[in-house]
Amino acid sequence: MANGSILNLKTFRISLICAFFLIAGAFSQSAFSQEKASDNKEKKFDAKEVILEHIGDSHAWPFAFPFVEERHIPLPVILYTDKGLEVFSSGHLFPEGTVYSTANHSYKLEANKIKVVDASGKIDEEGSKKIVDLSITRNVVSMFMGIAILLIVFLSISSTYKKREGKAPKGLQSWMEPLILFVRDDIAIPNMGYKYARFMPLLLTVFFFILLNNLLGMVPFFPGGFNLTGNIAVTAVLSVIIFFVVNLNGNKTYWKHIFVPNPWWLFIIMIPVEVVGIFSKPIALMIRLFANITAGHILILSLISLIFILNTIWVSPVSVIFVVFMDAIELLVAFLQAYIFTLLSALFIGMAIEEHH
Amino acid sequence: MTGMIGTLVQAVGMHGNIGALSAGLAAIGAGIGIGQIGGKAVEAIARQPEAISKIQTNMIIAAALVEGVALFAVVVAAFLSN
Repeated sequence: MANGSILNLKTFRISLICAFFLIAGAFSQSAFSQEKASDNKEKKFDAKEVILEHIGDSHAWPFAFPFVEERHIPLPVILYTDKGLEVFSSGHLFPEGTVYSTANHSYKLEANKIKVVDASGKIDEEGSKKIVDLSITRNVVSMFMGIAILLIVFLSISSTYKKREGKAPKGLQSWMEPLILFVRDDIAIPNMGYKYARFMPLLLTVFFFILLNNLLGMVPFFPGGFNLTGNIAVTAVLSVIIFFVVNLNGNKTYWKHIFVPNPWWLFIIMIPVEVVGIFSKPIALMIRLFANITAGHILILSLISLIFILNTIWVSPVSVIFVVFMDAIELLVAFLQAYIFTLLSALFIGMAIEEHH
Repeated sequence: MTGMIGTLVQAVGMHGNIGALSAGLAAIGAGIGIGQIGGKAVEAIARQPEAISKIQTNMIIAAALVEGVALFAVVVAAFLSN
């Protein structure tokens, strides 16, 4: 390639990235305006309700394209009640407040939760507490999509590694290899010592799962845009997994540190503190990831809602520039939170399997 | 309990709820903490410029941990204001 064309490619790539961000921002704005236009009367823009709806979970999957009216695809509702498993489409429960009766119970959707109602429509709190909601909601669908991407990428990489044994990495493998080696050399080995190989699958899974879902949550259109890692149930499951791995792998030194304090007469204060420490460390992991990601999403949504609150188009250049800047910070936060979660998990596991020195 | 704190504060003359105030205080804490971390990191880089990447890595880790604590407070504030 001649010198002139390389330079052209560089500026072309930069302008392509800028165009991508701007167009992506335009899509999310048009999603908001479609919601407002679909009302018959002009409803005042309630920023809090729109933001909570975007970061929360729901039983319908929104399908928004510019210049097309926004549709919601209803997702299946799966309830495990005391009379057995009930599966039906959530389309029966929209618009909110419609009562749907099956052979066993009647259900109504209230504030995005499914409640059992009796024949007249009054909510039965007792009965509602007994049903276990296993529905495929929006966040579950986004998790499936993230899992599909992870499986495709990593299964193909692992088969490439087997085929190209001893040769230099090529293609997708060479793209992922720096990240995988980064997890091994900078996170696993310094914290876990020579016994790191047993826990590498766990660390790699946690790292790439959190990273991919953080990044997908920032993409405003199709495979992304769902706030999965900002759902406290998801981060709770991740930290429960880490909790079990740490405590089931703890050796004698680990338990001795907790229950036998060094000067023995400190036991009255050290044992409760250490026991609380066993639980508070995974809880801190959970809240850190949840709050960082949700706060980032709320911030970006608020900056865009600013245009609709102030109801003027001249705010948009300011707002869009702020949002691009916040998106760049959110990219850093997405990677950083995945790194911190993995690093702290490796640290806790390392503390649990450490030899006595 | 949260209602009690709220009415106590409104008796003093504050309008709105205490959740907003708590979130602001959490932001002050985060600002001071991360400011200290950044300042010391920059001083360390000035003393020893060849260690810049190690210092930067440790600074980012410490900043993320301090930010985690501030976000616990923000989560409690969100809980209080609903």
